Amino acid sequence: MSNFPKWKIALVALVSLFGIVFAAPNMLSREQADRLPAWLQPVSLGLDLQGGSYLLLEVDTAYVVREQLTSLVESVRTTLRKEKVKYSDLGARGDLVNVRIIDAEDRAKAREFLRKLDADATLEAKDDGSMSLQYSEAAVKRRKMAAVEQSLEIVRRRIDELGTREPSIQRQGEDRIVVQLPGIKDPDRIKVLLGKTAKLTFHLLDDTTTSEEAQKGRIPPGSMLLPAAERERGLPESYVVRKRIEVGGDMLVDSKPTYSDGRPVVSFRFNASGAKKFGDATRENAGKFLAIVLDDKVISAPRINEPILGGSGIISGSFSVQQAQDLSLLLRAGALPAPLQVLEERTVGPDLGADSIRAGTVASILGLALVVVLMIIVYGTLGALADLAMILNLILLLAALSFLGATLTLPGIAGVVLTMGMAVDANVLIYERMREEQRNGRTVMSAIQAGYDRAFGTIFDAHVTTLVAAALLFQFGSGPIRGFAVTLTLGLLASLFTSVLVNRMMVVGWIRWRRLKTLPLA
Amino acid sequence: MQLIDRFLPHGTKYDFIRYRWMAFCVTAILILGSFTSIAVKGFNFGIDFAGGILVEAQSTTGSADLHAMRATLNNLGLGEVSLQEFGTTGRDVMIRVQRQEGNEKTQMDALGKVKDSLGAGFTYRRVEIVGPKVGGELVRDGVLAVCLALLAIAFYVWFRFEWQFGVGALVSTFHDVITTFGLFSITGLEFNLTTVAAILTIAGYSVNDTVVEYDRVRENLRKYKTMSLYDLLNLAVNETLARTILTVSTVFVTVLALLFVGGEVLRGFSIAMLWGLIIGTFSSVYVAMPMLIYFNLRTGKIEEEAEPEAASTN
Repeated sequence: MSNFPKWKIALVALVSLFGIVFAAPNMLSREQADRLPAWLQPVSLGLDLQGGSYLLLEVDTAYVVREQLTSLVESVRTTLRKEKVKYSDLGARGDLVNVRIIDAEDRAKAREFLRKLDADATLEAKDDGSMSLQYSEAAVKRRKMAAVEQSLEIVRRRIDELGTREPSIQRQGEDRIVVQLPGIKDPDRIKVLLGKTAKLTFHLLDDTTTSEEAQKGRIPPGSMLLPAAERERGLPESYVVRKRIEVGGDMLVDSKPTYSDGRPVVSFRFNASGAKKFGDATRENAGKFLAIVLDDKVISAPRINEPILGGSGIISGSFSVQQAQDLSLLLRAGALPAPLQVLEERTVGPDLGADSIRAGTVASILGLALVVVLMIIVYGTLGALADLAMILNLILLLAALSFLGATLTLPGIAGVVLTMGMAVDANVLIYERMREEQRNGRTVMSAIQAGYDRAFGTIFDAHVTTLVAAALLFQFGSGPIRGFAVTLTLGLLASLFTSVLVNRMMVVGWIRWRRLKTLPLA
Repeated sequence: MQLIDRFLPHGTKYDFIRYRWMAFCVTAILILGSFTSIAVKGFNFGIDFAGGILVEAQSTTGSADLHAMRATLNNLGLGEVSLQEFGTTGRDVMIRVQRQEGNEKTQMDALGKVKDSLGAGFTYRRVEIVGPKVGGELVRDGVLAVCLALLAIAFYVWFRFEWQFGVGALVSTFHDVITTFGLFSITGLEFNLTTVAAILTIAGYSVNDTVVEYDRVRENLRKYKTMSLYDLLNLAVNETLARTILTVSTVFVTVLALLFVGGEVLRGFSIAMLWGLIIGTFSSVYVAMPMLIYFNLRTGKIEEEAEPEAASTN
């Protein structure tokens, strides 16, 4: 037994080399590590350790579904009007769009039109002339998915525009987005930017009525009452605008903050079809007022003095420089398909993170030193060999975390503590067993063999039991619990390797070298 | 190596199993006490679970005037606001604001109010906001993960040993988890996600301990076919006593290091670990082992499996 097969020795050498190579970057400073290739990087620290901001956002998918229904209602209205079909009770209710066709002779015709309206919607018609349209579950789901995907993209663009360092934007679950911004001290500006849907539309003002009339509830059909974005003296608090969208912000190609008459404004440019629509709208409605609406609030409503044919213009309003910058950024990045909500925010200042690391490191090193000393006091050289194996265990764990690109967090450090404890326990189990076997009259090599072989069963069961638990924690736990599970799993695997295989080689090698006849254990 | 003998006993013949009734009483009291406290007093949930706002503010202009801050913040109408000074410089203040009624947006607005009213004289070292939705989910996920992990441990032990051992491991680990919950409830220590990590670590240690002892029981069942179960369990505890003492002391010093120099963030974790280490060792020796006496372990299954080691070396 004392002759280890060559492949085992090679394996230990290879794994140790792997450990040292991949753990090494962690000793370097940030600048030095930056020069290393991407596959050889130090372990990334969680935001709780390095400082930064974590935001959990939720896409309001219910909004998307409502929007979809509302626009279906509008298309039903437009179609029936165009075909001169008399109807009543048109509206969305739950997930249905209901309408009743008044004249019996129109019903067959209406059924045809409504069926063709949207391929995703199914039509149900009753004998009394009431009909309902409903989107299939698959279509609703597709719509939600698309909204989340698109939101992810827009969030990414908005954050990229801000130029933060190494942001991470990921989808989580069905409708959530996790934004992690290392090094950000105050995420307020980002929250403001992400909190805006930034849906820009141009509408004509309804000049048949006044906002005073509308506030009393007399709003003409096809129009709506919208508040002003900013209250300013001399300007109305609200506007009555036509529901019809002349041009939408989705046709914008560029937007920049600039100045006009010394005041901050936002310039914009449309793509070709947007420019044409905008040109037509301004030509046909010269002399009227065009409301610029952002997220259902009127920024301003200037008079159309002349047709704007070049496809570009400016938005003026009561902006500060910062607001003009933010608005142009939002317009460049595009509108969110649905509002986002911040469910959770965690921001750790960089100095607190540094304090946590310092305290954690000092504690870990002190703990490690105490264990090392204790093992040497109790087991002498054998204890020192166990210490070496344990340190290799830590190196391997660090290397595996770095190699896999895992993130080390505070709960992750808890996992490391548990791993260290179990690694020490493994060696204690082995040595105690060897001691026992020697007392039972075995020779030194036989005691070593029996010690390792018998203790192995115990160590294996103890490790696997914990591994099983760690696997479940990883599967079902949330963020911090998962970080714990990852370090625990990797640490336990490393511990099995080092305490059973590596330590055994060292012990056997040492006994042979010193030609010991008895184990230096009582 | 005389030192070892002084440190680690061997060949001891302590009668651990004899005190099982005393141990069961202690266990029963601990568990009942924990349940009572959890039911009556509940937990001091941190914002991870309760939702709400936590702000760690550091005054940039000398020590913070807690009195004035408290007055300002309590006037905001945000419900319960608690302030706590920590650290050694007198400049650090921990502000906790209860979860706001309404949706996620009201939480964010509340944070804005807090920051506005404190003014410019502060830097924010930590800001955490957990909305009502996420808090509930974190509780659910945590409970689910811990329960499943406990069950999985029991199944593995059943698979590797016998069902009696599985039950024993489940009960003793459950005992450790419940009493740690109890500790947090009684002392009013803040219960947050780090606490969950600590409880998981405790469960991990406890299971490790229990498996080590059970392994020795299994071995002895094969080795001493006629020994009474009572003696056999005692023998197993005594044989592994040296190992238990040494392992517990090494982990103990590590946790002490974490407790005293690990900083504010790790404090709750370290306290839980310290408790867990004690209770976990206790439960492995005094709960997991004596329980086996009430099961008929000599069903023949374990003994039938020949011990390969014995066959080859003897």
